[in-house]
Amino acid sequence: MKQYGWGLPLAASSYAGSIDFGIYLIHAVMILIFVIWGVFFTYLLIKYRKKTGVSAERDETHGVFKSLIPDLIVMVFEIVLIAVYAIPVWSKIKIDTPASGNVNTVAIEAQQWSWNIHYPGPDGKFGKTESKYVHFSNPIGLDYNDPAAKDDIVIANELHLPVNEPTVIELTSMDVIHSLFIPEFRLKQDAVPGMKIPVWVKPTKIGTFEISCAQLCGMAHSFMRGKVVVQSRADYDAWLKSHEPQAAQPVSASEAF
Amino acid sequence: MSQDSHSSSKPFYRYFFSTDHKVIGLLYTITALFFLLCGFMLMLVMRWQLAFPGSPIPFLGRILSPNLAPNGVMTPDFYNALGAMHGTIMVFLGIVPLGVGGFGNYVLPLQIGAEDMAFPRLNLASYWFFLLGGLLMLSSFIMPGGAAQSGWTSYPPLAIINPGQTVWLFAMVMLITSSLLGAVNFLVTSFNMRAMGMKLSRLPIFVWAQIVTAFLLLLAFPPLEAASVLQLMDRIAHTSFYLPQGLVILGMRHIASGGGQPLLWQHLFWFLAHPEVYVLLLPAMGIVSEILANNTRKPLHGYNVIVGSMISIGILAFVVWAHHMFISGMSAVLSDFFLVTTMIISVPSVAILTSFVFSLRGGSIRFTTPMLFALAFLPMFGIGGLTGLPLGLTVTDIYLHDTYYIIGHFHYIVVPGSLLALMGGVYYWFPKWFGRKMNDTLGKWHFWTSLICMNGVFFPMFIQGLAGQDRRYYDPMAALHSVPTQPLHVVSSVFAGLLFLSQIPFIYNFFYSIRHGEKTDDNPWQATTLDWACPSPPPHGNFTKPIHVYHGPYEYSPVGHKADWIPQNEEILA
Amino acid sequence: MSSSTATLVHQPGESTGVTNAKLGIWLFLASEIMLFSTLFTTYIVLRLGAASWPRGWDVLNVPLGMLNTFVLITSSVTMVMAYAKAHDRDLKGFQRYISLTILLAFVFLIVKGFEWDAHFRHNEFPSTSIFHAVYFTLTGLHGLHVIGGIIVNSGLLYLSRTDFDHPLFVGRVEGAGLYWHFVDIVWIFLFPALYLL
Repeated sequence: MKQYGWGLPLAASSYAGSIDFGIYLIHAVMILIFVIWGVFFTYLLIKYRKKTGVSAERDETHGVFKSLIPDLIVMVFEIVLIAVYAIPVWSKIKIDTPASGNVNTVAIEAQQWSWNIHYPGPDGKFGKTESKYVHFSNPIGLDYNDPAAKDDIVIANELHLPVNEPTVIELTSMDVIHSLFIPEFRLKQDAVPGMKIPVWVKPTKIGTFEISCAQLCGMAHSFMRGKVVVQSRADYDAWLKSHEPQAAQPVSASEAF
Repeated sequence: MSQDSHSSSKPFYRYFFSTDHKVIGLLYTITALFFLLCGFMLMLVMRWQLAFPGSPIPFLGRILSPNLAPNGVMTPDFYNALGAMHGTIMVFLGIVPLGVGGFGNYVLPLQIGAEDMAFPRLNLASYWFFLLGGLLMLSSFIMPGGAAQSGWTSYPPLAIINPGQTVWLFAMVMLITSSLLGAVNFLVTSFNMRAMGMKLSRLPIFVWAQIVTAFLLLLAFPPLEAASVLQLMDRIAHTSFYLPQGLVILGMRHIASGGGQPLLWQHLFWFLAHPEVYVLLLPAMGIVSEILANNTRKPLHGYNVIVGSMISIGILAFVVWAHHMFISGMSAVLSDFFLVTTMIISVPSVAILTSFVFSLRGGSIRFTTPMLFALAFLPMFGIGGLTGLPLGLTVTDIYLHDTYYIIGHFHYIVVPGSLLALMGGVYYWFPKWFGRKMNDTLGKWHFWTSLICMNGVFFPMFIQGLAGQDRRYYDPMAALHSVPTQPLHVVSSVFAGLLFLSQIPFIYNFFYSIRHGEKTDDNPWQATTLDWACPSPPPHGNFTKPIHVYHGPYEYSPVGHKADWIPQNEEILA
Repeated sequence: MSSSTATLVHQPGESTGVTNAKLGIWLFLASEIMLFSTLFTTYIVLRLGAASWPRGWDVLNVPLGMLNTFVLITSSVTMVMAYAKAHDRDLKGFQRYISLTILLAFVFLIVKGFEWDAHFRHNEFPSTSIFHAVYFTLTGLHGLHVIGGIIVNSGLLYLSRTDFDHPLFVGRVEGAGLYWHFVDIVWIFLFPALYLL
């Protein structure tokens, strides 16, 4: 299957299918409604065009409430859509996020104009960050006095994920609002400064996908891109291992880019 | 009333300082059409960059200063400025002033049988706030720092650290003041200045639409005014209403104290900006109602349904704002609430559309130029409304949010929807304004070319949106998933250019017909409402005889009556 | 241009029984309520989200705020008196009470000025903390409304010399009064919200 084309991109996460289902269903219904409506509309225009000697007839015979039947149908469709599709699926994707301690967890600290991907390292704990430590060699301001920070890995614009495993991404921003968009995962979430927003994803396909920024964030908004590399668990672990910092050594700039 | 300001014989004072609602209405109309053209041209420049990223802009590229477009190629900052200003101008300086300030001012007092607005001088003040606010907004392009470049939504913290935003905020406060004064005036006029016998149940739909619109403006704009003041404080007094602690901007720690919340702005902004959508839409629906009833020669189907739906839209419009924020980081449980209200508000909209369509049944449809515009509104608004469905639904919005899909959706509502209807209104009331008709052939050319081009511009955006193409991208080729659908930008841009060309017959027709159009009598459309019961153009004070209203607004084709219409002020003895 | 042949075709206030001016003022106040509700909501949201929030009485001068509250309430009373005198066609009485109202408004602003000045001298500015941002912005906007009231009331005082017998004059005083009470009420909410909570 082609990754990108004129339709929806490749679906590569556990919930991409249910989002796509909604998009296809609604578009099918939309087209159906529009065609039926359009035929009726055209019919009315032709049938009731002005003809000499024929004057308009007031349709007091047709009840007003009869004309609300289409409305009623639309309403029932919407209620069903909300009750059996939107609310349950929304809960699954955005509300029932796995607790971040139990599953693979990554933090993303967005900035103008790159994505700082922050892995907790072998101890599974994120080091504290503070704005006063921000430096060219320490883009997110990790506090290396914190023991949890010593094994943390920070890499710009390259998110590695294990396949078929849920990962929680703790999303935040250091400056303005950005939005993490991974089309293949059907994942989109704003990164807001001052807030830590957890999102989760379970990739289902191995491959390289794209991160783009979906919220206007200034001059280089369109160039704020990154890539997602989905790997088998073994490859992922090996990759992490190879990026573990030497004790107490901040990640060097060359490594980060 | 203040006759004194009419007595001046100098044309400048007569036209720019008149307190006559008709002069002010025309000033609004012409000013708004001018601003629409400005906003449209900004978009044409943007469309060049989208269709041919990185290539020099023809003609304009040579004139633009090198810091906006070095070697004729626009910079990302300039692109963002064009985008922000296009949105702002079209919404706040184009469509709203045209629908409310222009048509509302001219037609509403006539339709209720008043000799002027309740507060004529306030009306003039309202126009001047609008004009000065608008000119200030436009002039920001040549000010140091340039124009605002954070989108028309101006989300902080970006809007606080970006240049150009201060002028935008000052201009917005002026525009808001203008709208608030106008809204008070419209409401008092509609409630207090009606002619004898003009019961609420006899008001034309257009008037109802204006009443609901005025309520929306009155109650939704103050929150944005407050929000703008707070953003202004953040910019000039370095407060932190929208800034959290510990911001690091391009490697530098930001000096602000912090403690604020970026999402606060979004809530306040959308609390206005969603009702604003209905402010863009309702006057257009009002115009469509008038034109439909008049050209089908029968009463509208379901007057009560339409009025009731408009009022419910007016109320519901205040509880749907956060459907713009499903992925903003707002509580995901709250999203479910706004999902439900959003689906509820679609019900009255569908009811109005259905009533319009059923109004055609049994009619004797005259395909006059204004009627073509009004008819085209129906399917175009239909597309706009239907494509709102996957955006209003939380789950599908995750993917479609902030893509070209949403751009296509709201442009369908506003451009081939609202704007087309407003254009129809120009053709419909032109004989009232000047006692002459606009040329029909040119009008029909204008209609068909505009309709085709508008669809050509906006339909491709749905396909781009489904492919995931992000909005507000300076370079559509930057993201891999946008590359396959980038050629559609060329299609959009070509149609945008053609759309520009197809406005030339309209502009020519408008100005030519003011002096040379075919002369018409007072009521060329055989319309029933009171706006046609006075001379065309109406003299100062509007009506030459006392008005008493005996009927509902659309007494067309009454049974057992010789003519196929009875004016509202004509008494029929049973 | 005043060669209008129009006849007056309606009675003002025919439909609602309220004069245009009064209806207009009520609608205007509705929008003002939205404006200040937004600001109060902002205050609540920011306070709930704040890591720490100072107690009003630790950082603000409660006695001065209290004094200002009494000044404004008194000015509302004198405004009512001014309206009553206008209603009873007592020009001198009206002028006395409206002048008193204007004077009290100035007293309010001067006291407020002293408070602000003290803050500035302690190096407290809107940018100091989110609390100060809220305090200065809300009292500042309220102060602008007080200035607006002074302008309106001064206009009425000036007009009363020539237009006291104008049929709409009493209505204008009533409208100005409604506005002035609104400004007063906003302060009655602001004072406890900022100083006492």
